[in-house]
Amino acid sequence: MYSQGLIGADGRTEETPEFLERFQRRIDAEEKIEPKDEMPEGYRRTLVRQIGQHAHSEIVGMLPEGNWITRAPSLRRKAALLAKVQDEGGHGLYLYSAAETLGVSREEMTEELLSGKAKYSSIFNYPTLSWADMGTVGWLVDGAAIMNQIPLCRCSFGPYARAMIRVCKEESFHQRQGYEIVMTLAQGTPAQKAMAQDSLNRWWWPSLMMFGPHDADSQHSDQSMAWKIKRFTNDELRQKFIDATVPQAEYLGLTIPDPDLKWNEAKGGYDHGPIDWDEFWRVVKGHGPMAKDRIKARKKAWDDGAWVREAALAHAEKRRARKIAAE
Amino acid sequence: MAVFEALLELADDHLILGHRVSEWCGHAPMLEEDLALPNMGLDLIGTARTLYDHAGKLEGKGQSEDDLAYLRDEREYRNCLLVERPNEDFAHTMLRQFYFAAFMRPYWLAALNSTDEVVRGVAGKAEKEMAYHIRHAGEWVIRMGDGTAESAARMREAVDALHIYVDELFDSSDVAQEAEAAGILPVRAALRADWDKTVEQVFAEALLEQPQAAFAQRGGRQGIHNETLGHLLAEMQVVHRAHPGARW
Repeated sequence: MYSQGLIGADGRTEETPEFLERFQRRIDAEEKIEPKDEMPEGYRRTLVRQIGQHAHSEIVGMLPEGNWITRAPSLRRKAALLAKVQDEGGHGLYLYSAAETLGVSREEMTEELLSGKAKYSSIFNYPTLSWADMGTVGWLVDGAAIMNQIPLCRCSFGPYARAMIRVCKEESFHQRQGYEIVMTLAQGTPAQKAMAQDSLNRWWWPSLMMFGPHDADSQHSDQSMAWKIKRFTNDELRQKFIDATVPQAEYLGLTIPDPDLKWNEAKGGYDHGPIDWDEFWRVVKGHGPMAKDRIKARKKAWDDGAWVREAALAHAEKRRARKIAAE
Repeated sequence: MAVFEALLELADDHLILGHRVSEWCGHAPMLEEDLALPNMGLDLIGTARTLYDHAGKLEGKGQSEDDLAYLRDEREYRNCLLVERPNEDFAHTMLRQFYFAAFMRPYWLAALNSTDEVVRGVAGKAEKEMAYHIRHAGEWVIRMGDGTAESAARMREAVDALHIYVDELFDSSDVAQEAEAAGILPVRAALRADWDKTVEQVFAEALLEQPQAAFAQRGGRQGIHNETLGHLLAEMQVVHRAHPGARW
C-alpha cells in the first residue's frame, strides 16, 4: 500500500554485477542494511519513495480522523481520538527520520507531498462522513495497514524495520479501539447500528484496494521481494486481511457489502467478488473524492505556519549571536 | 449546590480550552507542534473529565461527565472568556495557553492543600502539566516576540487582543467563594502576584509589554459569553444530542 508511490518509478540501478551479487548475498543472509552501508541506487530510491510515502500517509491520515475530534460524542472518545491522531503524527515524524537516514530531508519530502509529486495512501482521499467512520477507519484501514506493516518489521533496511516495530504496536491498539467503537454502535440503537453498517459499506472496498493491484498487474513486487523490502505479495496480504475480518463482521452482526463473498473450503480462505479497479486507478491518480481538499489542507497548514517557522529560526540565530558576543 | 457549581467553572475552563487546542490537530505550523498541541489538549480534557465526574458525584443526581459536557447550553457553561477565544493564529493560541497555564500552575500548587481529596489528586497531576505548558507556550511567546518583524507584530496583536480577558481569571464568583471558604478551592485573587511574575519574566525576554487593560471583559462565570462559544458547543455536542440516551 505504501508502494503506490512506486507506480511508474524507475527502479533501474547501474552497479556492477559483482556489487549487486555481494549486496544480494547480505540480503539473502537476512542481514540488516544500515544507512552507511553500501547499497544499490535502486534500493535506496525505492526505500526513499516507500518510506516517504508511508510518512506522508500518516500525516495526511491525520485529516480524515481529525475531522471528528471536535464532534466526538463522549469525552472518553474525544480523548482517545485525539491521542490516536497524535500517534499518527508521531509515526510520520518517526518515518521521516528513517527516510532522512537515506539522505533526503523532511523539508524536501514535504515539498514533494505538497506539489503532488509524492504520493500517499489513496485510502485517505475518501471522506469521513459519520462518527461510525472513526470506528471503521480504525478497524479496517488500520487493520489493513497492520497486515502490511507486520512483515515490514522484518524489512531488510534496519531503520525502517525498527520504526515499524513501534508503529505496529500502536496501530494494533488503534485497530482494537476502532473495532470497539464499531461494536458499541452495532450493539446500540437502531440508528447507531445503521450508521455502523453504512460506514462498513463505504469503507470495505477501498480497504481491500489498499493492498494494491492484483499480483499479475503489480510491476514492482519482484524486485522489492528480492531485496526483502516486501515479504508477501498484494494478493497474499489482501487474502489474510479478508480471512481475519469476515468473522469480526459476523460477530458484530454487520454485513460485508459483497454478495459473492463465500468460504472456500479447498483453499481455506474466503473468495470475494471483483474489485473495481477503475475506481482504484482513478483514486491513485489523484481523483479521489477528497484528494484536492487533503492537499489544500496540508498546504494551508504549511503556508500559514511559514512565519512561525521563520520566527523560530530567526530567534535561534539571535540567541546564537548573543552567546558568541558574550564569550 | 455551591461546590458542584464551582467545580463546573473549573471543569468548563479546561474542557473549552482543550477543545480549542484540539482544533489545531493536523493543521499546526510544524509536525512537532502537531504532536505537542494534542498533548496539551489531552492534559486539559483529562483534568476536565475528573472534575466533571467529581462534581456529578457531589451533586448526587446521577449526572455523568458526558451529561455535564454535552447537555448544557451556552448560558449554562461557566468558563472564563479567555479560554473560549478563537485560535486565530499561532501567536494568539500560544499566548492564551501561556496566560492560562501561568494562572493554573499556582492555582493547582495551592490546591495541593485542598480539603477535598479528589481536588488534591487532580492538583498533584495538573501542577506538573501546567509547569510544562508554561514552559512550552512561554518559549514560543519568546521565539515569536523576539523572532522576525512579522512574528513580533503578531505577538503584540495577540497581547492587545487577549489582555482584556486576564482580570476575569482572578475573580471568584459567589459559588467559588463558598468553595474557597470551605478550603476546597484556592482563593483566586491571591494568585495575581505569581501570575504577574511569570508573565513579566517571559515578556522581558519576548520584548513585549503588558498593556494596562482599559476595560476588563467579564461575564463567563455568569454564562454571559462571547458569540463564539455557542458555535463551539454546537459542533461539540451535535452527535451526542442527535441520539438522546445512546451509549458511545
